Amino acid sequence: MKQVEIAGQENSHNSSDFTLSSKAKYRFYPGKVSINFILFLLLIGVLITSLFMGRYPVDPVTVVVIVVSGILERIGDTIANITGVKIAFFWSIPHTWSIIVNTVVWDVRLPRAVAVVLAGSGLAVSGATYQGVFRNPLVSESILGVSAGAGVGAALAILMDQGTGVIQLSAFVFGLLAVSMTFAISRVYRSNPTLVLVLAGIIIGGLFSAVISLLKFVADPYSKLPDIVFWLMGSFAKASTANFILVVPVILIAMLVIVLLRWHLNVISMGDEEARSMGIDTKLFRPVVIVCSTLLTAAAVCIGGVIGWVGLIIPHISRMLVGPDHKDMIIASILLGGSYLLAVDTLCRTLTSVEIPISIVTSILGAPMFLYLLYRAKKTWS
Amino acid sequence: MCARLEVKNATFSYDGKRNIFEDISFSVDCGDVFCILGPNGTGKSTLLRCLCNLYPLNAGNISIDGLDISSYAPKKLAKKIGFIPQIHTPTFPYSVLQVVMMGRTPHLNTFASPSHKDREIALEALRTVNIEHIWDKPYTELSGGQMQLVLMARVLAQEPEILLLDEPTSHLDVGNQIYTIKMIKKLSQKGLALVMTSHFPDHTFLSSSKVGIMKDRKFLAMGPAEVVVTEENLQDAYGVPIKIVYIDGEIKRKIAVPVVKD
Repeated sequence: MKQVEIAGQENSHNSSDFTLSSKAKYRFYPGKVSINFILFLLLIGVLITSLFMGRYPVDPVTVVVIVVSGILERIGDTIANITGVKIAFFWSIPHTWSIIVNTVVWDVRLPRAVAVVLAGSGLAVSGATYQGVFRNPLVSESILGVSAGAGVGAALAILMDQGTGVIQLSAFVFGLLAVSMTFAISRVYRSNPTLVLVLAGIIIGGLFSAVISLLKFVADPYSKLPDIVFWLMGSFAKASTANFILVVPVILIAMLVIVLLRWHLNVISMGDEEARSMGIDTKLFRPVVIVCSTLLTAAAVCIGGVIGWVGLIIPHISRMLVGPDHKDMIIASILLGGSYLLAVDTLCRTLTSVEIPISIVTSILGAPMFLYLLYRAKKTWS
Repeated sequence: MCARLEVKNATFSYDGKRNIFEDISFSVDCGDVFCILGPNGTGKSTLLRCLCNLYPLNAGNISIDGLDISSYAPKKLAKKIGFIPQIHTPTFPYSVLQVVMMGRTPHLNTFASPSHKDREIALEALRTVNIEHIWDKPYTELSGGQMQLVLMARVLAQEPEILLLDEPTSHLDVGNQIYTIKMIKKLSQKGLALVMTSHFPDHTFLSSSKVGIMKDRKFLAMGPAEVVVTEENLQDAYGVPIKIVYIDGEIKRKIAVPVVKD
């Protein structure tokens, strides 16, 4: 009988090459771990840069010294609080800088930078997760209507003369309300849950956008309307530790869950039926992952307002850098999302004398970046 | 490793009104290859999906080793029974090895990712289907036939005891069809129980120990290929005259040929 050659006629590989199995041979992207490490260094670099850039001049070395000494002092204080013993630490660094500089770095720039990094990472991870779960590289974090819902919440709170904290809380609650409504609608139809969920998201998003317009229409055009418009354009100017400390645990826990489940996102991206045939309890797994991504988006929107494009662009760049495996891609999205949004936010507050709303810049940068990615990846999306 | 799949009076309907199939009973033991023939749209694929609990039955029951499949936890069921769909729509350009490693899911902890050992098993599965040389290719760039083999490797990495294959030869050229049939035979000799659907009555003579011909929601006939795959049954099933001829000489087996008159 004639030897049947399988599936590799066009390939001149000699199959005996592959019997020599070595560990190094089957590594995919030879530098993938180091790419994520480089992205980590990038994040640290952007963080330090954002702390010394701004209207009040602080030189980079001082910034590093202030942050390091501040962290050490806080560790010392915590130990003192717990043990009740105040120890003079050998690492205590003499304050050679002014109190103003200390305040600028510790109370103004650092909280804002942390908020921006958390929001950027959160948006990127939730975009990456949605793309995997919905098996569609073109969906973004606002697909289920969370941004529109948060907009309604914020606009309502602004109309009712509430402070920043209430505005954020209201945005968070309404964002989740919108997504719950999306889920409720999708439950009505039993077939093709993924498609129905996305369509329900479009319906709810449209509805809540209309409500935003209505609220803008009834708002006082001299005081309330500008506030609503500016909130919707996104800004971290009001981010302070007191304002976002409540959502930090939400972001960290939701992100941790996704990071732990990240390899299984590969399996769920093969489709519901195949994932189930491979032993994934999709009825449990999908809602858990979607709820975590939604919490991330809602939390990010409630600190920084509606920020477009991050959840769409960053997962694509991450995929380009480390490959489609969610095991590496989710980590890359976290690091890159944080760095990207922080870099943009730093530009927003330093470029001109008036701070530019962040969503304007992410959109202006996002559109051409997406065009480039579309051009590069057209083969894989066909 | 030896599992027994038993189907009793299985009835399924999508809408609760029109039954896709009804009152179907059969059993498959380890070492068996059960091939389901039948015209398009008779519900062969639906039946396979019911066998691995993707769709719940409306009546009757399906059990593996005496236990109803709905009482298995998803992971436990996936260790017992593996399924390859006929059509797979890829989304992300995973490499071939990454796709095959996904078959290891039921053996992994929920928060874990595959270990070195899992990768070795995946590579071994790639060797079994003879596509090890394309391990790092994006699977989105493969031909339909290569894709089918990748999915085959994935289900082998899953190490189930029962294998459900939905038209495993449909996207393959003649050479790969024969290779796949030989592989199916080899797997059954290793002790796996296989259930497959097919559009080629011929192939049942090559590989199957049991054949069921599905038509109008039921099995028209069921039994050994030699007994069931007859000219009358095939004509009843497909509505065209089909001749079964024995070819002597080098071939020494029966083949089914449709009769076409102008």
